[in-house]
Amino acid sequence: MSYTLEGSTGTWEIVCGLEVHAQVISKSKLFSGASAEYGAEPNTQVSFVDAAMPGMLPVINRECVAQAVRTGLGLDAKINLWSRFDRKNYFYADLPQGYQISQFAHPIVGEGIVDVTLSDGSTKSIGVTRLHLEQDAGKSLHDQDPQRSFIDLNRSGVALMEIVSEPDIRSPEEAGAYLTKLRQILRYLGTCDGNMDEGSMRADVNVSVRKHGEAFRTRCEVKNVNSIRFVMLAVEAEAKRQIGVWEDGGEVVQETRLFDPTKNETRSMRSKEDAHDYRYFPDPDLLPLVLDADWVQSLKAHLPELPDAKTARFVSDYGLSAYDARILVMEQATADFFEAVAKGRDPKLAANWMMGDFFAALNRTGTTIETTPVSAAFLGELIDLITDKTINGRIAKEVFEAMVETGQAPAAIVAEKGLRQVTDTGAIDAAVDAVLAANTDKIAAYKAGQEKLFGFFVGQVMKAMAGKGNPALVNEALKQKLA
Amino acid sequence: MSLDPEAVRRIARLARLRVDDGQVAQIQGELNGILGWIDQLNEVDVEGVEPLTGGALMAMRLRDDVVTDGDQAEAVLANAPDRDGPFYTVPKVVE
Amino acid sequence: MFELSLAQARDALRARKISARELTAAYVGAIEALNPEINAYITPTPELALQAADAADEALARGHAGPLTGIPLAIKDLFCTKGVRTTAGSKILSPFIPPYESTVTANLLRDGAVFLGKANLDEFAMGSSNLTSAYGPVTNPWTRHGDNRPLVPGGSSGGSAAAVAARMALGATATDTGGSIRQPAAFCGIVGIKPTYGRCSRWGVVAFASSLDQAGPVARTVEDAAILLGSMAGFDAKDSTSADIAVPDFAAACKRGVRGLRIGVPREYRMDGMAPEIEALWQQGLAWLRDAGATIVDVSLPHTKYGLATYYIVAPAEASSNLARYDGVRYGARSDGHDLTALYENTRADGFGAEVKRRIMIGTYVLSAGYYDAYYLKAQKVRALILKDFTDVFRDVDALVTPATPTAAFGQGDRMDDPITMYLNDVFTVPVNMAGLPGLALPAGLDATGLPLGLQVIGKPFDEETVFAVGAALERAAGFTALPTLRAGAAA
Ligand SMILES: [Mg+2]
Ligand SMILES: [Zn+2]
Repeated sequence: MSYTLEGSTGTWEIVCGLEVHAQVISKSKLFSGASAEYGAEPNTQVSFVDAAMPGMLPVINRECVAQAVRTGLGLDAKINLWSRFDRKNYFYADLPQGYQISQFAHPIVGEGIVDVTLSDGSTKSIGVTRLHLEQDAGKSLHDQDPQRSFIDLNRSGVALMEIVSEPDIRSPEEAGAYLTKLRQILRYLGTCDGNMDEGSMRADVNVSVRKHGEAFRTRCEVKNVNSIRFVMLAVEAEAKRQIGVWEDGGEVVQETRLFDPTKNETRSMRSKEDAHDYRYFPDPDLLPLVLDADWVQSLKAHLPELPDAKTARFVSDYGLSAYDARILVMEQATADFFEAVAKGRDPKLAANWMMGDFFAALNRTGTTIETTPVSAAFLGELIDLITDKTINGRIAKEVFEAMVETGQAPAAIVAEKGLRQVTDTGAIDAAVDAVLAANTDKIAAYKAGQEKLFGFFVGQVMKAMAGKGNPALVNEALKQKLA
Repeated sequence: MSLDPEAVRRIARLARLRVDDGQVAQIQGELNGILGWIDQLNEVDVEGVEPLTGGALMAMRLRDDVVTDGDQAEAVLANAPDRDGPFYTVPKVVE
Repeated sequence: MFELSLAQARDALRARKISARELTAAYVGAIEALNPEINAYITPTPELALQAADAADEALARGHAGPLTGIPLAIKDLFCTKGVRTTAGSKILSPFIPPYESTVTANLLRDGAVFLGKANLDEFAMGSSNLTSAYGPVTNPWTRHGDNRPLVPGGSSGGSAAAVAARMALGATATDTGGSIRQPAAFCGIVGIKPTYGRCSRWGVVAFASSLDQAGPVARTVEDAAILLGSMAGFDAKDSTSADIAVPDFAAACKRGVRGLRIGVPREYRMDGMAPEIEALWQQGLAWLRDAGATIVDVSLPHTKYGLATYYIVAPAEASSNLARYDGVRYGARSDGHDLTALYENTRADGFGAEVKRRIMIGTYVLSAGYYDAYYLKAQKVRALILKDFTDVFRDVDALVTPATPTAAFGQGDRMDDPITMYLNDVFTVPVNMAGLPGLALPAGLDATGLPLGLQVIGKPFDEETVFAVGAALERAAGFTALPTLRAGAAA
């Protein structure tokens, strides 16, 4: 049942924990007034504080603190009303102060939980050890010059949340599911955009392996993996490497490694560098971060509905299956879109349309819920046209494709193209008569017992009516005349 | 506690201070002198004492999230010992 | 001209009896004449000073005088000054021109002050003698009777103190991490106050030990120091440790007197090896206060004797981290290296002097894995006990009076062999920094060789007014009028 890897000496289990760095959504940086926006010209979003000029001092951003608290609340975690910033001292080209301001001994958020659903429908709770606020470093560019690395400090000082999980993850799938769920929660909360391409979310993957029933063995940290798929691949590749080491009679040494996606393997990073000694101590430029319980309470009161609650509500209020509800809730915008479509309509019809033609169209045209020309209002109208029998289901598909193409309202398309369903029994009878007159041989066969031919007659009548015939009336007329 | 030459080199390395072999013994002597003198704190009973972290005995003020700074690349780069256009430069870093 | 105190010069300027240009030109001339010998300034800025004086004269003419309009000051070269080189006394910052102005100096400029230049100091404010400056030692304007050997001005604000004592400035900015305002003030026969931690903004002041550093003035009189502090102090949102507390009228407090005050005398400050003249001066000071209506109370600060050892853990630890930014990448001097680590190691080995490197190494060690609890954490706990001592006695007394230093100024060649002997200079001043309290040093007498000796007044947090009241009472009683050998306006 549970995921294992087979080695030459038997079955191995993976033990994995993730440290996720999530960039906080805020206008300005954690300790300076420079913009935190992505993608500006080099060194244009740098204050003298971010460049660590002499005598410069950090002043903390209230919104970054609020975002960390919101995230903690969203992870059902303990909010520490007293926390503190420490300095993590090390030298690096893109670390101007020579230290990172972080929270080591006293993080702002304590233990929490992330519930994930796996592909077999089972659920699992992954523990969150802590969440703390810290500064991002700048960026080193290594490919601009043969002799030199270039330094851009735009990211220097941008607020990050480091979210550390318990070593509860037991398979690549669980690692992927945890990250996906975490990203979903952060996006719902509006605390991190989760954009792994731009580096606003990245993961350090801690992996070890063990035989059943053993205590933990030595782990390695695979640094800065920047996509969910790569995290899953890295877990597996690193686990297999470690199994190889153990089974060859070797010993896994604790170290920092990098994942190479082109080779699907991890390799040792700066292995010759001396052991890190970060010399953490309380940052004397800052004071303890003391939160007001009422303030935390008001942030809690304003939290949006989170994915699990929304899923449950979609099941109970709309009668959707848990599976459908989870899919519609995957992204906040999709869920909102669904609710706009479903409002006052048949929710199952709305869900089917969204998960069917609508998602297919997004995929096919490379658009998103935000950029598609099909608004929730128009999709709702389309469903209304079906429900009130203005158009039939087949025509609805045609109207929908026109909506995707033109962005027009469905009623306008129906009117313009004359797609209104024909319910005039005289017209239907005429079409039926014409089809039957042209197929006397098939009438005989039908009457002799080939009942399948009924479908053929329906098809011919619909074709003759350019698809607009009301299917029920067409059926009725045919049955009468063939009786 | 006292430092051996290896510890002196390790600390110098952590602090990114080049120390030539000829200097180690002298530095070792000076640092051990200071550390030995500091050891007088062993006399003090600090059982149950909460550490005093900072000079100011207040809680931290929080600033509003507004962009008030930046857009000054020239001022930021003006003192750089070496630069290339809008970048600071360092000897190539291999990861 | 040089006989005027800051307060007197201010009044003369406002009454248009003298012009700001005359006053500044006199001080610029004094710097030209005396700086080659005293080396109080690293970077004099005479042109800028004269320009600022002209602007001050215009403001005075329009009746727009601020509290310091036209007053020529020396600025310790630890305060970043926009467009004017700021070295912190270190080679590593020798090419550094800040694109910003520190809050304290901006406050002084707002009030109309004229800056004469950047004053010499111990490198990164680490020292008690000004011998660690990369720009050469400062010579104390005072000499012993019949002995012309150069003496240290104290440190780290030795350039500021020497400039004020020698009449090369009417006042100066200084900073104090373990005594760096009060000890040089005492050695140079002038007044200096380290205000309560949080009273002056640290923004734009090159950091040494962030939890201890405080800016303050040195000046010729208690009133002058009060006027300067009133301008330098104030809440600054750019410094998280700045206190959002109104700045009172310090100068007015100088006139309060001490009648009814309870003055504590900490018995632990009576130390072995302290000069008998200092003990005598201390008793004299207490007698003056008693005569002026104060009650003298014997008190105990049992952890005072651990102040220095605690300081030499806390300050180097913070410094080792604060000075990590001097890496040759974004500003300052760079020594090349074949790779990034070599560049760092060479830049920092070449750019920092011996005392700074020594403290960085001590600080790195006491924070390193396995030693943090034994050193840094322990020091923080002892620091809490030192604060508690003060908090306890301040329930009973309004201020404390102690000697400022255990000795008078010493020779430039003395005490160089052992760092710890040098550290002992700060034994009376350091506990005040550990507790974040205000402390004022003022000259109260001379030793047998004719060198000034100072007393220290220590107050409750944010009660500089009482400190000034006690300091001014001592100043009036002492009637200290002795003048240093080297000074502007002395008969040639
Ligand atoms: Mg990590
Ligand atoms: Zn981190």
